Amino acid sequence: MSIISHGREGERHLVMGNEAIARGALEAGVSVAAGYPGTPSSEIIETLARVSKDQNLYVEWSVNEKVAMEVAAAASFAGLRSLCVMKQNGVNVGSDFLLHLALTGVRGGMVLIHCDDPGALSSANEGESRHFARMLELPLLEPGDFQEAKDMIKAAFELSEAIHNVVMVRSVTRLSHASGSVVFGELKPVEKKAFFKHSGLMLDPLEGPMASLPVPYRHGQQQEKLKQVIARFEESAFNTYSGPEAPELLLITSSACHLYSKEAISLLGAADRVGLLKLGTTWPLPPRLVEKYLGITDKILIIEEVIPFLEENVKILAAELAFKIGPKTFYGKREGDVPATNEMNPDLVAAAVSEILKIAYEAVPEAYTKRSQEVVLSGVPGRDMTFCAGCPHRASFWSIHNALQMDGREGFVCGDIGCYSLAVLPTGFSTLKTLHAMGSGVGLASGFGKLGQFGMNQPVLATVGDSTFFHAVLPALVNAIHHQSDITIVVLDNGGTAMTGFQPHPGLPVDAGGDEVPALDVAKICEAMGATVRISDSFDIEKTQQTIFELFEIKGLKVLVLKQMCALSPEKKTQKMFDVSVEENICLGQNCGCNQLCTRIFKCPGLNWDKDKRVSRIDEVICVGCGVCASICPSGAIQKKEVA
Amino acid sequence: MKNVILSCDPYNVIITGVGGQGNVMASRVVGNMLSRKNLNITIGETFGASQRGGSVMSHLRISAESSWSPQIPRGKCHLVISLEPTEAIRVLMNYGNPNVRILCNTRPVHAIGVISGEQRYPSMDELKSWIEELSEDCWFLEATEKALELGNPILGNIIMIGAAAGIGALPLDREGFETAISETLSGDKLALNLKAYDLGVSMVQ
Repeated sequence: MSIISHGREGERHLVMGNEAIARGALEAGVSVAAGYPGTPSSEIIETLARVSKDQNLYVEWSVNEKVAMEVAAAASFAGLRSLCVMKQNGVNVGSDFLLHLALTGVRGGMVLIHCDDPGALSSANEGESRHFARMLELPLLEPGDFQEAKDMIKAAFELSEAIHNVVMVRSVTRLSHASGSVVFGELKPVEKKAFFKHSGLMLDPLEGPMASLPVPYRHGQQQEKLKQVIARFEESAFNTYSGPEAPELLLITSSACHLYSKEAISLLGAADRVGLLKLGTTWPLPPRLVEKYLGITDKILIIEEVIPFLEENVKILAAELAFKIGPKTFYGKREGDVPATNEMNPDLVAAAVSEILKIAYEAVPEAYTKRSQEVVLSGVPGRDMTFCAGCPHRASFWSIHNALQMDGREGFVCGDIGCYSLAVLPTGFSTLKTLHAMGSGVGLASGFGKLGQFGMNQPVLATVGDSTFFHAVLPALVNAIHHQSDITIVVLDNGGTAMTGFQPHPGLPVDAGGDEVPALDVAKICEAMGATVRISDSFDIEKTQQTIFELFEIKGLKVLVLKQMCALSPEKKTQKMFDVSVEENICLGQNCGCNQLCTRIFKCPGLNWDKDKRVSRIDEVICVGCGVCASICPSGAIQKKEVA
Repeated sequence: MKNVILSCDPYNVIITGVGGQGNVMASRVVGNMLSRKNLNITIGETFGASQRGGSVMSHLRISAESSWSPQIPRGKCHLVISLEPTEAIRVLMNYGNPNVRILCNTRPVHAIGVISGEQRYPSMDELKSWIEELSEDCWFLEATEKALELGNPILGNIIMIGAAAGIGALPLDREGFETAISETLSGDKLALNLKAYDLGVSMVQ
């Protein structure tokens, strides 16, 4: 039983930001939710999927974010409330559709939740999605705490229906993946009836066809709607001020930075000197409200993540209002008072405020800081990111890396986004040499594969995950096959969208709600497209390497599907395949191959080097019993026994 | 409900360890136990790329007043619960102070730099002396070894929760633990977790 659907009005629960967002959508009477997994957004769709049956929802993990937006928009066109969820990159993927959708508008309320990852805590970029709101002229809300993460969703749906357009709600990792106390609102049963009205006149936004033509007319209508948005934002309860009537310094902030700013003011004991304007409606900004608060002080510090979006928008208003409010001194990212990269935290805010107001602040005695740093730097080993013990990717990249080494032509692998991105690091034997967006490895390989004309004879490979294959690889694959690009695509099929928590994808026979659905077969699709296809088991190192060599000899586009379940998959997590042990008498230790092959090169976290005995050993707590190290050990010292 | 008095408000706890040790689960359980005491809890954590093998940290802010930043400010941690000894020291560098208290599981999890021989893992004596030097109070527990005796190393995190209750720094009690853990577990698993909790309490007394 989920607290998210069974928690009653007025009850207070400790919930994750993403769960609060899901509860908010339920309280708003959402009918359809679609998204693509991506940290830190994934738990919103997961939470809704879990309650989809008892709440009469349709929830899906779409093939990618653009399609998720389209699925959500269809529900809206048919009069239902719909939610669309993704991480920051997803808005890039869906933005082509979103640009057109902003012109046609919507009917049932449609809310786009986009979760940014400042500091790239689980991303390969820290791109911002707030800018799409300004670029596509859509309203933007940003919750400033956990309660607002819930409450704002309902308000966003109401706004969306008032202006008949999409409303964007931006969260960040430190809200989505943090937990806080939230008081629940009412869950009202709503009547859900879908019907798409399309027989009205061309220009009728509620009963005519949904098309962006004529563009200048629709665009004008969209901008008129934004004026209504501004009027509502002037009165919004999500914009709050706390502090003295005439502060020496005004902080303007939004999102998780609100909590950091509040904390920083408290750390400095500066509540009687510093005002805090927390904005929940960050685009378009309400000019009267901003005018009022710019008027109470001469110094303004803007705190936000990551690049100066709020700062620039406030400064535009300040320039327009200069004749009323007079000149102001602004502090923020453009002047370097706070950094414009990485995430913020209470200390960065405190440092900026203490510098501006000349308040002395020492977080810890200097001697303590110095000594603890000394200890860490001299005595505590760093902890690099690594594939898990038993991860099939370690075995796959071992095979690919060895094949490329033996081939000797300086071949390389183009990668993309997933756990396998880590193969750019030593844990994947530094095999990946390019790392960009989802599917980009295949697009790049498609291009590299056409450079033979200019003398390039390096073998070109690309690795893609099974979920990524459907998300963004298919068009690049079509391109490579059609243009006879001479490359090898390795599909690392670990049976789910593993990195984000094992969500299903179109290659699996189950959907987000746990219902049976037809699975699409990657190998058959590639064969039908005209590729030469081979299948191997990632853990079968010998066969996999032989297959890679064989494929190097074949012209044109080759696909190798490497199958092995993720070590964290629910199927594998609780059971060991093998009991693995080291026969100490046989272990050659430093005399092995290139000196401790298993711990120095393969370095699975389940292995350890026993310094005293000078042999390898298995860490019984970490080892998951995949048995791969037994097949890489040249002397046969690592032995595996099938678990009965 | 009677309001709980905290020694500091907000009282700040960091639960740290290596991905896969049950860090996130431990922070949820402690958070739920305290939330039921009518306290405002804020938990900040990161997960995703660091699922296994990376350093992980959960920041718990416990307050009678309100929500706080999901990131504890530098030097403001009151209690560190560490599932791995080197991670305790890493936390102290950023969040420690001379008055911090530390509960530390002694079982090392070797980073790949150590496995490969590029870096050296400190001896337990070194680790203990550094942790003692950088804290006011510290407890060293063989939680993973005890958990292995119970049949599953993952129970180390529950033993550490029991120990946190045992030192009395926070309003954590057995009844609260049972209520929180019963939400997800029942039968034999529940009994085993209660046993691990009790063991943790006894290990600091």
